[in-house]
Amino acid sequence: MKCQYCEKPATFHITELTEPTGPQVMHLCEEHAKTFLNKDPSSGVASIAGVLANQLGQSKEELEELDQKECPVCGISFFEFRNSGRLGCPYDYTHFETDLQPLLRNVHDKLEHVGKRPKRAAASADSQAKMIQLRREMEEAIEREDYERASKIRDELRSMESVQTPGAGSDDGDTDDQQEQRGTLS
Amino acid sequence: MKRDTDFDAMAKAPGEWLRGTGSESDIVISSRIRLARNLADFPFIRRCTDEDRLSIERTVRARMESIAGWDDIQYVDLEQLSDIDRLFLVERQLISREIADSDGARAVAVHPSERYSVMINEEDHLRIQVMNSGLDLQSAWESINELDDTLEGVILYAFHPKYGYLTACPTNVGTGLRVSVMLHLPALVITDQIEKVFRSMQKINVTVRGLYGEGSQYTGDFYQVSNQITLGHSEKELVTLVGEDVVPRIIEYERKARAFLVDKSHEDLHDEVSRALGILSTARKISSDETMHYLSKVRMGISLGLIDDVEVGTVNKLFLQTQPAHLQKLYGRILSSSDRHAERASYLQRHLITGNGSSSLN
Ligand SMILES: [Zn+2]
Ligand SMILES: [Zn+2]
Repeated sequence: MKCQYCEKPATFHITELTEPTGPQVMHLCEEHAKTFLNKDPSSGVASIAGVLANQLGQSKEELEELDQKECPVCGISFFEFRNSGRLGCPYDYTHFETDLQPLLRNVHDKLEHVGKRPKRAAASADSQAKMIQLRREMEEAIEREDYERASKIRDELRSMESVQTPGAGSDDGDTDDQQEQRGTLS
Repeated sequence: MKRDTDFDAMAKAPGEWLRGTGSESDIVISSRIRLARNLADFPFIRRCTDEDRLSIERTVRARMESIAGWDDIQYVDLEQLSDIDRLFLVERQLISREIADSDGARAVAVHPSERYSVMINEEDHLRIQVMNSGLDLQSAWESINELDDTLEGVILYAFHPKYGYLTACPTNVGTGLRVSVMLHLPALVITDQIEKVFRSMQKINVTVRGLYGEGSQYTGDFYQVSNQITLGHSEKELVTLVGEDVVPRIIEYERKARAFLVDKSHEDLHDEVSRALGILSTARKISSDETMHYLSKVRMGISLGLIDDVEVGTVNKLFLQTQPAHLQKLYGRILSSSDRHAERASYLQRHLITGNGSSSLN
């Protein structure tokens, strides 16, 4: 298939969801894909595939190396994420943090959460990752009928769940600071 | 928590959000807010084993059952449900098409008013939803915030101090909030202005999607407007963006287009609306897309005072009840596609022709 705008082969197939007529697929060569994705930051942001295609701006070697990278908790590779647009576990936001930042910036134009925070949360990303790993170990212990080990892990999980962290922000997060930011939205 | 849901009884009523009441309800059908949430101690759905999914479903169900005052909530095991019952819930917008079509342990908890529902094991472990009739995002936000607080009391959420609520897709991370308003915009469609209006919307971080009849010659002229970004702005800012900055502008455009049509092409408009009602009340066979298309025109005709013997509530109800799963629920049996077309036509006749007994038309 040829690029919609030139004679080069279309290597990017970007689904544009913001068209009023519904999803529309764009077939573009690498160069035109980059132009399309860069020129209007609000177009194509709903399409994770489009934004991920934009990441191919990295050199081939860099991307090949990144694709091999795997999360130690859930085992998802960056390649699998790029293909599916879905992450494998909460720890991916920590493990792939630097790799995800360009994507988050492209989609949201911001990198830091503003707004509601849970009053009760696991202490850290590491402890959340540990909980997922412990749960796996518990399932394995049950499988080999090591109930003593399984119940020990269960207790450990329960104690981790009840860890309380003080809410780091107000409930609605509607501070003066954020009121000002509203201007950037409209 | 109740386990047995009477879908047949549900089918007879339009559900709270289709009441056709609330602010701006001649143009705004419903206001919806959803929150994406995940449990801290499980992988996201994509990397879940079958046991993980079952364990999430059971854990969430058990924790929800422990909440005081939640006795009314109906818990529906979607894995056990027939295809038609799942489609029924999709048509009522209580579950997404994605969760209906997926596999494995999954469920939805629904409040009897149908204003609240919580999907379990959709793209995220939890998808909490609140829906109101008309334009009413403020109270929807207050309700869902409270619901979220309650769930947070019994479920440990995946949360990152910098990135906020963690979601399977990075497009939802941060607040996990999606605000959606469903609009009926027939006059902007007729006057060929709809694309122009939506093009201007793209620059301010909202997404617009056509809701029905995509890819067919018929449209119901329904559009959904939602926020595109979820990270870096508070929930209240996102609610304000959609509910106060964007939607009122679209409403204004639609009102202007309607006024223009009434003023400049009254006869043509009256003709088009009357023909639509004529087709709906005399057809012997009709598809659901075609039904949607003509009901849309009738709905506009009512709000412009061109049709006075049909109630808008009736039309809203028919939008839902003429869809495939609802129709089959109301007839109490599985119908082939061609039987559906005939039964739909007869159903429409009985409800649209006033002063006419239902028996004489069958
Ligand atoms: Zn090209
Ligand atoms: Zn992972």
